[in-house]
Amino acid sequence: MIALVDYGAGNLSSVRKALTHVGAAVVITSQPEIVTKADKIILPGVGHFGAIDSLEPSGMKTAIQQRMAQGVPFLGICLGMQWMFEGSQEAPQTRGAGVLAGECQRFPATVKSPHVGWNALTITGGSRLLAGVVSGSFVYFTHSYRAPVTHSTSARCDYGGEFSAAVEQDHVFGVQFHPEKSGAAGLQVLRNFCELAC
Amino acid sequence: MLTKRIIACLDVHAGRVQKGVQFVQLRDAGDPAELALAHSQAGADEIVLLDITATHEQRATLIETVRTTARQLFIPFTVGGGIRSLDDAAAVFDAGADKISINSAALADPSLITRIAQRYGSQAVIVAIDAKRSNGALEAYSSGGRKPAGRDAIAWATDAEQSGAGEILLTSMDRDGTKRGFDCALTRAVSEAVRIPVIASGGGGDVQTFLEVFREGAADAALAASIFHFGLHSLGELKQHLLEAGIPVRWPC
Repeated sequence: MIALVDYGAGNLSSVRKALTHVGAAVVITSQPEIVTKADKIILPGVGHFGAIDSLEPSGMKTAIQQRMAQGVPFLGICLGMQWMFEGSQEAPQTRGAGVLAGECQRFPATVKSPHVGWNALTITGGSRLLAGVVSGSFVYFTHSYRAPVTHSTSARCDYGGEFSAAVEQDHVFGVQFHPEKSGAAGLQVLRNFCELAC
Repeated sequence: MLTKRIIACLDVHAGRVQKGVQFVQLRDAGDPAELALAHSQAGADEIVLLDITATHEQRATLIETVRTTARQLFIPFTVGGGIRSLDDAAAVFDAGADKISINSAALADPSLITRIAQRYGSQAVIVAIDAKRSNGALEAYSSGGRKPAGRDAIAWATDAEQSGAGEILLTSMDRDGTKRGFDCALTRAVSEAVRIPVIASGGGGDVQTFLEVFREGAADAALAASIFHFGLHSLGELKQHLLEAGIPVRWPC
């Protein structure tokens, strides 16, 4: 069972629908106890980085981090991926999980912001999450802040400079784009995550 | 590179897709769920479903149509028409929409934009502006193009952005359904006034009209309805031509 974490950051029905479509059993939850029992965890989210502060008082942040430490597969989507980094310029007082080094930053003034629409992935290879997705595939983005390219970056995207479109470190994964809205390529990503051996 | 989006619009009345010319003279074009899926498979980058008579007849958006249409779509799906409150928006999101589009209700109370954006994120809120030229002015209209709102379309676009809109869907009422080309001057004026994406609508016809709106109109996306429903254009063909002309588009999908 996959726990889809609800912390009030947007609408989860599309993510649930796409996961169900690829054959996954999903439960939307705001309860840490459910996350503690889940085989896999997905942290979605849109909006302001400060919204992830609400994960802390509920005990959700601790529950997710404990499960990550136990080797449970984790997927952060959009804001959920940014949470994996140390923090974001968007809400400097809010701390991310710090699984990956670096801080999310605003797009430069040379491009329109937010970055909305279909952009191409440059896939670096060897990614389990992106298996079967061809480098150059288009996926759907909508975000105003971006995560830096690190040694854990599995796909880059270019919009006013390169940023991390997907990250991967052992059993911990993140995508800045919306796999639930990215047509066949996005469904492949979700299918890959669902089929990972626990 | 970020691509220019081609958006297929379904104007829905009483559960069926309709298409009019300059907002009137409606004719039937099919089942919304079937058309949405067909457009998605043909290469549409997004689907917009507008309940075109909702505001006029004071009806709630057809939630069931939204639910059925959303079921098989895995690309962004926007629903507009008849959304007057946060609760109306919530019902549409629950039924499977990714974004909502609001027009009349936002003109009447711009704080609605803020309230929906706070709950669902700005990326989920599109402010639709129906603009009409008269005596050199560009006026915004409400109620499905029936009532002049007494507001300059460009000033309204910047206010909507300030209130939390994530995108502007800009329709030229003068060009709607004519296939004579988008109003590029109008589109550019709005696109340069805001930082958020602008979707041009009204007047899409041959490949040239799309080329113009991306080049001269500085549009981030272009929306059309009838040219796709009635088979005048294959979406794939349109995208291939645009790509050959140097416009970045998502193709092949």
